[in-house]
Amino acid sequence: MIHQKMNLFHLFFFIVGLLVLNGSNLSAQESAECLACHSDATLTKKRAGKTISLFFNEKKFAKSIHSQFECINCHTDLEGKEFPHNENLAKVNCGSCHTKQQEMYSQCLHGKAAKRGDHLAPSCVDCHSSHDILPAKDPQSQVAPLHIPYLCGQCHKEGSPVQRQRNIHQSNILENYSESIHGEGLLKKGLVVTATCVSCHTAHQILPHTDSRSTISRKNIANTCAQCHKQIEEVHRKVIKGELWEKQLHILPACVDCHQPHKVRKVFYDQGMADRDCLRCHEKPDIRSTKDGRLLSVNTDDLVHSRHNRTACSQCHAEVSPLKTRACETIKSKVNCAVCHAQQEENYQKSTHGQYFAKNDPNAPTCKECHGTHKILGKLDSKSPIFPINVPNLCARCHQEGKKAAVRYTGPEHEIISNYTESIHGKGLLKSGLVVTAMCTDCHIAHQELPSNDPNSSVHHDNIAKTCGRCHHGIEVKFESSIHSQKSHTEKKDLPTCRDCHTAHTIKRADQEGFKLDIMQRCGRCHEKIAKTYFDTYHGKVSRLGYVKTAKCYDCHGAHDIFPVTDTRSRLSRENVLQTCQKCHPGATRRFAGYLTHATHHDPDKYPWLFWTFWGMTGLLITTFVFGGIHTLMWIPRALQMRREMKKLHKKVSDSGNSTQSEKEKKDD
Amino acid sequence: MIKKLIDNEFVDKHEKQVLRFTRFNRILHAVMIVSFISLALTGMTLKFSYTGWAVFLAKVFGGFEGAGLIHRTAAVFLFGIFIAHIIDLFRRKRKEYGSMKNLFLGPNTMLPTKKDFKDFIGSLKWFLWLGPRPNYGRWTYWEKFDYFAVFWGMGAIGFTGLILWFPEIFTLILPGEVINIATIIHSDEALLATGFIFTVHFFNTHLRPEKFPMDICIFTGRVPLEEFKIDRPAEYEEIMKKGDLDRYLVDPYPPIVIRVIKIFGWTALMLGFSMVVWIIYAMVFAYQ
Repeated sequence: MIHQKMNLFHLFFFIVGLLVLNGSNLSAQESAECLACHSDATLTKKRAGKTISLFFNEKKFAKSIHSQFECINCHTDLEGKEFPHNENLAKVNCGSCHTKQQEMYSQCLHGKAAKRGDHLAPSCVDCHSSHDILPAKDPQSQVAPLHIPYLCGQCHKEGSPVQRQRNIHQSNILENYSESIHGEGLLKKGLVVTATCVSCHTAHQILPHTDSRSTISRKNIANTCAQCHKQIEEVHRKVIKGELWEKQLHILPACVDCHQPHKVRKVFYDQGMADRDCLRCHEKPDIRSTKDGRLLSVNTDDLVHSRHNRTACSQCHAEVSPLKTRACETIKSKVNCAVCHAQQEENYQKSTHGQYFAKNDPNAPTCKECHGTHKILGKLDSKSPIFPINVPNLCARCHQEGKKAAVRYTGPEHEIISNYTESIHGKGLLKSGLVVTAMCTDCHIAHQELPSNDPNSSVHHDNIAKTCGRCHHGIEVKFESSIHSQKSHTEKKDLPTCRDCHTAHTIKRADQEGFKLDIMQRCGRCHEKIAKTYFDTYHGKVSRLGYVKTAKCYDCHGAHDIFPVTDTRSRLSRENVLQTCQKCHPGATRRFAGYLTHATHHDPDKYPWLFWTFWGMTGLLITTFVFGGIHTLMWIPRALQMRREMKKLHKKVSDSGNSTQSEKEKKDD
Repeated sequence: MIKKLIDNEFVDKHEKQVLRFTRFNRILHAVMIVSFISLALTGMTLKFSYTGWAVFLAKVFGGFEGAGLIHRTAAVFLFGIFIAHIIDLFRRKRKEYGSMKNLFLGPNTMLPTKKDFKDFIGSLKWFLWLGPRPNYGRWTYWEKFDYFAVFWGMGAIGFTGLILWFPEIFTLILPGEVINIATIIHSDEALLATGFIFTVHFFNTHLRPEKFPMDICIFTGRVPLEEFKIDRPAEYEEIMKKGDLDRYLVDPYPPIVIRVIKIFGWTALMLGFSMVVWIIYAMVFAYQ
């Protein structure tokens, strides 16, 4: 018995063991199965006309950090698939293991670019390679400190597509870095602890310096530098001789104000480029250029209250040489706002203003024409020229009738500023001070101003609904589903948009008389016949007398949600028409709704009853007048004769009663 | 000048006059003038809404709501006058005529008679200098025409007006298109009525040279005896036959009453003529 039991026990373990062994054999076999094909160095495939090697280098993989893994651990979509597998495999998702890195990447500039579908955006494999990934500590790794500048440089070296075509504000990055103290240490002396690209920019969370989360933002840069230069702040406090930072803590310069990024030199900065140094000369109220005599003085008060009060002079007025007595003498180019405000600059270049500027047109406004120079206040400050209430005045400087922009304008809009001032938007903004009211740059979006005939313009016919919808969203949604929207038509049609009924600059309140009466003319511009027949009916006649409390186009058809009457959503569809009539005629019945609101008595085919009634009545009228008229005309000669007889008779009567006649004469006198 | 217009050159202020219209009928006619002109003025603003005049008048009447209120009030008065006249007819049937037969077939009937047809032919001959002036009786054929035109107008304009006033109620039975038809009938029949009253009827009573500038008989109810003899020989004969002329003779109104009446008459006349001018302007020069 015991023997038997032992046998059963052994048998059980044997089976379990077999299963386990078999399982491991199975997966090992899978990788081997892959290699059965992919170890062939000549294995290739064609993708988009290019020959791609499908060779899998076993030797390299063995050294890789992922050497423990099976093919299917990464190529998960191949699990359990028959051979030969699909030609195109799903992209390997590194994030399934490297979650944190994946998350950082998806938020960083590279990840966002990839999401946008930017073909220049790097993915994991572009930096880490695919099958032969080595740990960063391995000097052979492409992400080892010594290799980092080359790796990043593949895309960020001067003249590369990324540098030329994307918004990268630093130039000669690699060249500058290699000559900097960091670059020299790394590349010439092999000091692998010195700062490489990723030391400052991080590896996976690369953000623009304008992003407050970025390690290179003005807020964080000191911390970033201090990762290595731990005591540097202490040192600098002693070194910087200025009192300014003690008096005005917020004026404390950031590392990059003196040590320009990528160009960090191995020099002793005995003279920081503090604003104080600039102001020593430029504070004087009468300082003038020796070249053209223009005033170069800077009002310190302006600077202190400006939005840029944390920005050092040298950040905008770049190219200063702190070592020179006149640090500014090396400045060659004008202030370039795009260094920080890249997006705005890009938009500006596409705008009419920017296009004129590119053509060296003297009338073209640049940043400073609207924003000022040292006294930039931002759009929230009521004293700022770009504060909503001040914008119409700002634009009026050029666009008012007779001013330089208005005189070269050939389109149909005139008296723009004064019309706007009287419009609902203008009154709201300028009289009530409602700063969220639409003003110039809300419709002609700031920095992107384009004429309405440009398809990219926010006020182009096709884009107006969207532009107005930025505030009037509810109406946009209604309008976009209506018959007047291009979206309701398959072929391109000449359809009205907001502007055609509401005008551009003379927009009136829709609930007031002027607009209500005007709208019928607006509808009538396209719906000529139907508007004419409307004026033949009671509603139309009363409206024409100037009264609004009667049904007008939009009362029955709707304003923005106009549908053909065959559409069940229409206010005039069979389902809704009665309800529409009942808005004004509470007792209306279905028969009542049979009233012809656009009837004319001039159409015998469409409205025979009306036609024949009208002509019947007209016939009666003409007959009566002809008869009555002839009768009367014939009478006149006889009537004249009778008048003479009556006079004679009267004379006879008055002769017989002289006393009464004389009395009458007295009274007449 | 004004004095000349409002004083009657032919009338002797002391001579007895023949009473032709009862006071009640005179009041009805005066109220009818007011309501008719109100109806015409307010209604025309709608009919000719495309003219500047209409816009101006509509404003004077206090907008389409004000004009509408005036129009409907005047309409109610006109209906009232119509009903009052019918009631008066029955009252007079009882008091004066005794029976329907006397009322409808007597010499003073408003219904067309053989004599009216003869008078009509006679008039045409008279107009063409082919015969003498017919012996017109109490009511001439053109007066009877005007009288029945009111019946026709009350029916056509009054009924369609009610449809337009209460469309919800009428469309409980009738189709909605009836409102459109009613609009056409109401408006065109009104044009006929105003046009006829302000031209043909005005000629008969005001502009006929022998009565110029106006016959105020409808307001005073009185006609000088000498004029009566010439104007209504048949009726005069009838009265003389019965020998009860004294029954009809009354004192004339004092001059102040005549003046008031004439001012009223002139106002109505001028309003009427203005409307004719406006209608011609709207139909001929500004038609849309």
